[in-house]
Amino acid sequence: MTRLLGFLTATRGGAKLHWTDWASYAYLCTGVFLMFFPVIWLVMSSFKTEADLQRYPPTFLPYQQQTIMVEGYDDPLPLFEMTGGEYEGMILAQLRRVGLQAQMIDPANPGERLRVGIEDRVPVERFTLATENYTELFGRFNFLLYFWNSTFITVMATLIMLLTNSMAAFALSKYQFRGRTVVLLLVIGTLMIPQTVVLVPLFLIVTELGMFNSLWGVIIPGAATPTGVFLLRQYMLTIPDEILDAARMDKASEWKIYWRIILPLSAPAIAVLAILAIMWRWNDFLWPLIVLTRSENFTLQLALNSFQGELQTDWSSLLAMTVLTLLPIAMVFMFLQKYIATGIASTGGK
Amino acid sequence: MMASIELRQVKKAYGGAEVIKGIDLSIPEGDFCVFVGPSGCGKSTLLRMISGLEDISGGEIAIGGEVVNRIPAADRGLAMVFQSYALYPHMTVRQNLSFGLENINTPRAEITRKVGEVARMLQIDALLDRRPKDLSGGQRQRVAIGRAVVREPRVFLFDEPLSNLDAELRVDMRGEIAALHRRLGNTMIYVTHDQVEAMTMADKIAVLRLGKLEQFGAPLDLYNRPANLFVAGFIGSPKMNFITGRVDQGDRTLLHLDTGETLRLPERGFAQRAGEKVTLGIRPNHMTVGEGAIAVQVRSVEQLGGESYVYGQTSAGAPITVHSPGQTRIGIGETIHVGAPEGEIHLFDSDTGLSLRDD
Repeated sequence: MTRLLGFLTATRGGAKLHWTDWASYAYLCTGVFLMFFPVIWLVMSSFKTEADLQRYPPTFLPYQQQTIMVEGYDDPLPLFEMTGGEYEGMILAQLRRVGLQAQMIDPANPGERLRVGIEDRVPVERFTLATENYTELFGRFNFLLYFWNSTFITVMATLIMLLTNSMAAFALSKYQFRGRTVVLLLVIGTLMIPQTVVLVPLFLIVTELGMFNSLWGVIIPGAATPTGVFLLRQYMLTIPDEILDAARMDKASEWKIYWRIILPLSAPAIAVLAILAIMWRWNDFLWPLIVLTRSENFTLQLALNSFQGELQTDWSSLLAMTVLTLLPIAMVFMFLQKYIATGIASTGGK
Repeated sequence: MMASIELRQVKKAYGGAEVIKGIDLSIPEGDFCVFVGPSGCGKSTLLRMISGLEDISGGEIAIGGEVVNRIPAADRGLAMVFQSYALYPHMTVRQNLSFGLENINTPRAEITRKVGEVARMLQIDALLDRRPKDLSGGQRQRVAIGRAVVREPRVFLFDEPLSNLDAELRVDMRGEIAALHRRLGNTMIYVTHDQVEAMTMADKIAVLRLGKLEQFGAPLDLYNRPANLFVAGFIGSPKMNFITGRVDQGDRTLLHLDTGETLRLPERGFAQRAGEKVTLGIRPNHMTVGEGAIAVQVRSVEQLGGESYVYGQTSAGAPITVHSPGQTRIGIGETIHVGAPEGEIHLFDSDTGLSLRDD
């Protein structure tokens, strides 16, 4: 904790702050603001009611108008503070509003109806989190199902991808065979073909294989990525061949060399690829949109999309779900980010 | 468990380039054989071919009388110690040692017993739970040797195992490997470019150059009776001195050196012909100062206290090293006359480089 504090308050040294300190902190603060403000705004907005979201000018914190139950009325009545006119300083509950006039009652004396101009009052508001945005996700919308679909696709696709890509990379980096370079160039060459070009043929294949509207239809086509093969191959090239020779002399089978030697030694590169794969799969939208048409197969991203209607958008639910969708990926990043720097630094060879 | 090793016309070519040009070699079982030669002579390649990690382009390799050309490395019953140690970096010393045994499905208790035994023998039992990166060079070397020993192979192969150690440690490990050989009695093949290692450890030395076997024999045989100029120059430190000359047209025992001096060769022992161009070889420690015919201009003198080295040049420009026991009074710039006792000279055909010794 003290180390963190020391890091955050590091200066150039000396008793007074140097102008470079001011400049660096100004730069860093701007960066933090630019990065975090939209996210924080999103989180704040996700706790606002639909009415609060429509308010202009918008407020940073979520506010809700206070209400009160008054005898003789079934619904809670909104409270207003009077700022002018006859009843200035009183807190009244509104019965109904008609044009520029409103019918109010004093909660202490519910029998008498008061008539006031609407410019003479301001709503009584308090900071309140609209948690119903979140609870509704679990009740009204099948959030858990979408979450499960997304998780299943992400985990399975990442595992399959790591397995196939690392095996391909092992062969391409450690075995000598005729056509090795050609295969590698083919793999890298596919990087140059945009996904949109192969979208239709891929769709036909997936349909032909009976994977349309199945989660596997999303998992399988994304399992092999040229980026992954290339990244892992470059890393595996740095593993000395003598270690493999030593393992062969130790009577290890080729599978065992892959599983016990190559995989553990490639851990940093595999971690990087795992992070990338999780992000790709979790945030994937276009392909799932094409393959998955039934709502029980929807991923979170597709569900988010379905909130956005042609005529009406359910903003409060949309924002709450966006926050929940962001959380897992933010977690993955928080725990694995140290591998990204070390992994990428060491894939460049030595 | 021991095995002899037989190489018959073994060849290796990469594309069109032949790096091993037909080697015949027979290593009796239980011998400590050293492959020595300058870098690029093919000694490591030859070792890898014996191990099975490199396939052979021609000829036959037999281990224990059985031709192993088609047998993969794992099944040849060999163990190898690599130059870079090649320990598994992600495993502890214990896991490094037991990996090979696990692969042949040795029972757990047996693995524990064998690993413990080998660790005690190599004095690495205190390091069993460390990882290779936490070990010093010498300790890694021991682990690498331990990994080879624990599998009880028929033959040990060492690929320049000491070249990454500092000089002092190298001498220690040299002694330990020799002791290991005495204790286990296995056939061992040891590759090095250091002729001192070869001389001190080997039962038999194979001197290689450019993919060819130059000479194969016991260390002192190679030292005393080098088969050609290359072996003469390679074995022994400091290097043998070479002076070129021509045998007299009439008298076969007269040698006219290129420096102008004339020497008398022994009557017997060499098969030189009249008028032939030859190279005279004399080891620095066989040079006698003051009683010879060859004039040497002294360029520098090294006084080591117990012994001294005098470096100079003949009038024809050939470098000459003279070793003298004790301390010397010879100064830089002086001209000294050196010679050698009759029995201590070597004579080579200048054109073919072959020794002219005829016995």
